[in-house]
Amino acid sequence: MVELALPKNSRVGTGKTHPKPEGATNTKAFNVYRWSPDDGENPAIDTYHVDLDDCGPMILDGLIKIKNEIDPTLTFRRSCREGICGSCAMNINGTNTLACTKGMDEVDGDVNIYPLPHQPVVKDLVPDLTNFYAQYASIKPWMQTQTPPPPDRERLQSKEDRAKLDGLYECILCACCSTSCPSYWWNSDRFLGPAVLLQAYRWLADSRDENTGERLDELEDPFRLYRCHTIMNCANTCPKGLNPAKAIAEIKKMMLERR
Amino acid sequence: MSMRTPLKNVRGLGSAKEGTTHWWHQKITAVALIPLFVIALAYLVSLVGADYERVRYILSLPFTSLVLLLLIGATFYHMKLGLQVVIEDYVRSEGSKMVLLLLNGFFCTVVGLASALAVLKLAFVGMM
Repeated sequence: MVELALPKNSRVGTGKTHPKPEGATNTKAFNVYRWSPDDGENPAIDTYHVDLDDCGPMILDGLIKIKNEIDPTLTFRRSCREGICGSCAMNINGTNTLACTKGMDEVDGDVNIYPLPHQPVVKDLVPDLTNFYAQYASIKPWMQTQTPPPPDRERLQSKEDRAKLDGLYECILCACCSTSCPSYWWNSDRFLGPAVLLQAYRWLADSRDENTGERLDELEDPFRLYRCHTIMNCANTCPKGLNPAKAIAEIKKMMLERR
Repeated sequence: MSMRTPLKNVRGLGSAKEGTTHWWHQKITAVALIPLFVIALAYLVSLVGADYERVRYILSLPFTSLVLLLLIGATFYHMKLGLQVVIEDYVRSEGSKMVLLLLNGFFCTVVGLASALAVLKLAFVGMM
């Protein structure tokens, strides 16, 4: 049956509480999921106090401050710090989002941080997204055509056709949506998940791509596509404000249209 | 330690190239069930307090039988499709999944046909 409780070695315990910085009056507590593959211990929640008067405004600034000044063993991914690389996707106070675009002032009280749900953990806040990336590769996310490109210029697209890619091309593949989807939690071995299906629709909707039928053939499957039960967590959680559920609905409409 | 590539795992046995019919029929039956349930409930309410013979008579009328047969067909088909998805979603082991899917199909067919048979009996033999 479905996994209702965490396996024994995944149960989360209480970890270390680091003291408040001396002299700080305006602090925020960060409760952070910690797990290391090296020590054989269960995961634990460590508590840190960040001096808000001496820190940037975003949750990621707080994490970087903790790593720099309190605990250099804290492990997380980050790169661009402006919401375009998708590296710092994590679960912050119950919602998957990007730590770099989530403001400290958006969180009331303590900040509770966990890795993206239901993925194997590499260490601390770093999930193993191997399966997610392989699924992305499986939809062949590049333009497929029989017609060779014009010799003297790029392939043209009308303004109306280009507009159809708005709301799709902005996806940064941070995996917030897929890892928020219960259907993806239970069946990520076969269900492609919202992010990859949105990307699949990005190529289905592209006026220059000539392999629409083959792409639909590959998606038409009870698990790959039809495990989506329009739960809508994907649209709620997307840090870029996109709507993967709508893209999936558009794919289902195309499936009906071609019958 | 698996020596297969992640892409090999993800592509698996390939696309089944079906699922659209299942999904579409579930939507159609869901929509059809709305008016059918409203009409059937209206009949039920109008028969409150009626005696046995009256209920048998009303249920044997052609329009009532038609509504009930459609309701039974749509309900049990919808139930079979819906439960199938629930089982596929949540049951992990292939063995118990297969057994439960078979039981689901048998149950919905048998109970659905038994219900339809009761309506037909009232319709054709009801006024004896």
